Amino acid sequence: MSLSVQIIKRLQGFTLNVSFVAEAGVTALLGASGSGKSMTLRCIAGVEKPDEGSIVLDGRVLYDSKQKIDLPPQARKVGYLFQRYALFPNMTVLQNIDAGLSLERDARKRKQKQEGLISRFHLEGLEERVPRELSGGQMQRVALCRMLAGEPEAILLDEPFAALDSHLRWQMEAEVRETLRAFPGAALLVSHDRGEVYRMSRRVCVLNCGVSEPALDTTELFAHPRTLQSALITGCKNCVAAELLSQSMVRVPDWNAVLACEAADGRMVTHTGIRAHDIIPCLAGEENAMFCRVINAEDDVFSRVLMLLPAGGTGTLRAEMSKAASGAFTVGSEAWFCLPKEHIMLLRETHEN
Amino acid sequence: MQEIWDILKTLDYSPLWISLKTGLVATVLCFFLGIWTARSVMHMGKRAKAFVDGILTLPMVLPPTVAGFFLLLIFSLRRPIGTFLYQELSIKVVQTWLGCILAAGVIAFPLMYRNARAAFEQVDIELIYAGRTLGMSERKIFWRVVLPSAGPGVVSGTILTFARALGEYGATSMLAGNIAGKTGTISQRIAMVIQNGDYLTAGVWVAIILLISFGIVVAMNLFADSKMRNIKKW
Repeated sequence: MSLSVQIIKRLQGFTLNVSFVAEAGVTALLGASGSGKSMTLRCIAGVEKPDEGSIVLDGRVLYDSKQKIDLPPQARKVGYLFQRYALFPNMTVLQNIDAGLSLERDARKRKQKQEGLISRFHLEGLEERVPRELSGGQMQRVALCRMLAGEPEAILLDEPFAALDSHLRWQMEAEVRETLRAFPGAALLVSHDRGEVYRMSRRVCVLNCGVSEPALDTTELFAHPRTLQSALITGCKNCVAAELLSQSMVRVPDWNAVLACEAADGRMVTHTGIRAHDIIPCLAGEENAMFCRVINAEDDVFSRVLMLLPAGGTGTLRAEMSKAASGAFTVGSEAWFCLPKEHIMLLRETHEN
Repeated sequence: MQEIWDILKTLDYSPLWISLKTGLVATVLCFFLGIWTARSVMHMGKRAKAFVDGILTLPMVLPPTVAGFFLLLIFSLRRPIGTFLYQELSIKVVQTWLGCILAAGVIAFPLMYRNARAAFEQVDIELIYAGRTLGMSERKIFWRVVLPSAGPGVVSGTILTFARALGEYGATSMLAGNIAGKTGTISQRIAMVIQNGDYLTAGVWVAIILLISFGIVVAMNLFADSKMRNIKKW
């Protein structure tokens, strides 16, 4: 079970150049809005046509510009969950689900499948409602059910939780995760939400301005991002230009600091970064301690965010800590903060150079 | 009052039936042709679209007599196509009811086509994409998804087409003429009786066509309002 995608499509403003292989299980495409994630899904589903490349699902060629193969979406057996669900507004829940059974010709089997799906997705009693009479969660369930009705061989999820309120989001996320666990094929999840990606996917492919980076295991990407873009998209707030002095020393001009880091193993390094919550108060003289002035402090929901200006530096750092721990740091005060060596990320600008 | 009653009792109602029949047939033809054309034009390239759309919209903005002129040019029995149609297929357009339908249809067509296209272009493309990924055939997507979504626009286009076809005068008088009981429509009858100085009969016909047209527009507004409940006011 694998979906291999390698496509190029010229769009207004940028060129989509994506290549990855998604095995069974959930693979996420993570990128900022406008980075070409949805367009990638549309090309795979066949509703948009790439300029060149190939899309192969379990050895079945869906698209190949060289062999001039371009299967219509109806023949691809690829399910698509739309961001706003795209339920047919003029059809009832049952008719919507029936639309997903379009390829099943046998009327009796069709009826059987309908009943099975209705109970599997807990839609009993909603059969005769039209989409606008459903809650957000119900709509999502119907959309999920409709998509899986045709027994697709791969499924594509386009920002599936973007339209939901945060409390419903958790519940739906759990339901979708449950459903995906039972799905034997490859599932692609498009999202710009790092939390969602972290919770839902096993592998991640970062998309930056239409260009994909090599896919990594999710935990690996979040623990050790390799590129500036993947550090930023996984939520690293402090990323600045840096240069390696030795294999375990990095100089950061913006912070006027030389920091110890873990071995670079000969990798090229153009930037360094540290997550906001990894910066901790410390005593003078500790490893990677920096003397900083607190230039701003703001409360987030459950934590406090400090903007720190290192002595002699030009760039600020963003540190996040619990409200209790940050009590002493008022705006204008000065103190020592430590950037633990094991949390210093060594990054390069793009994955190509 | 008694006078009007007398006129209503003795009136030759054939123009009403001819107008209604013409309007109905022209609308049915325009309905299918307009939808088909709207769909074809939507898929054209930018330039071709601008050009073809221009030609298709012309009957709406030109004087109907210009359309009548072109129709005569094509169907006159003294012209090649007209001669061919009459001699080979015994189809006569000039001075016949067929001429009424053709003239009304050509003039009303842009209303159907433009409304249908505007309605189709507003259909959420994700619905169409969804239909395709679910394995629905393009034909089924069109009839089950696109048309219902574009419904209000298509319906208002159809009604406007009927109203326009019902009252067509210029092109009809040139192509079909005003033969009582055959091609004499309401609008032509009004012009004729006014020329004879019979303002009362003209007034009765004016009242009839006013009632029908106003009724149509009001009905359309009510229908459109009930279909577009979630449109925001500004």
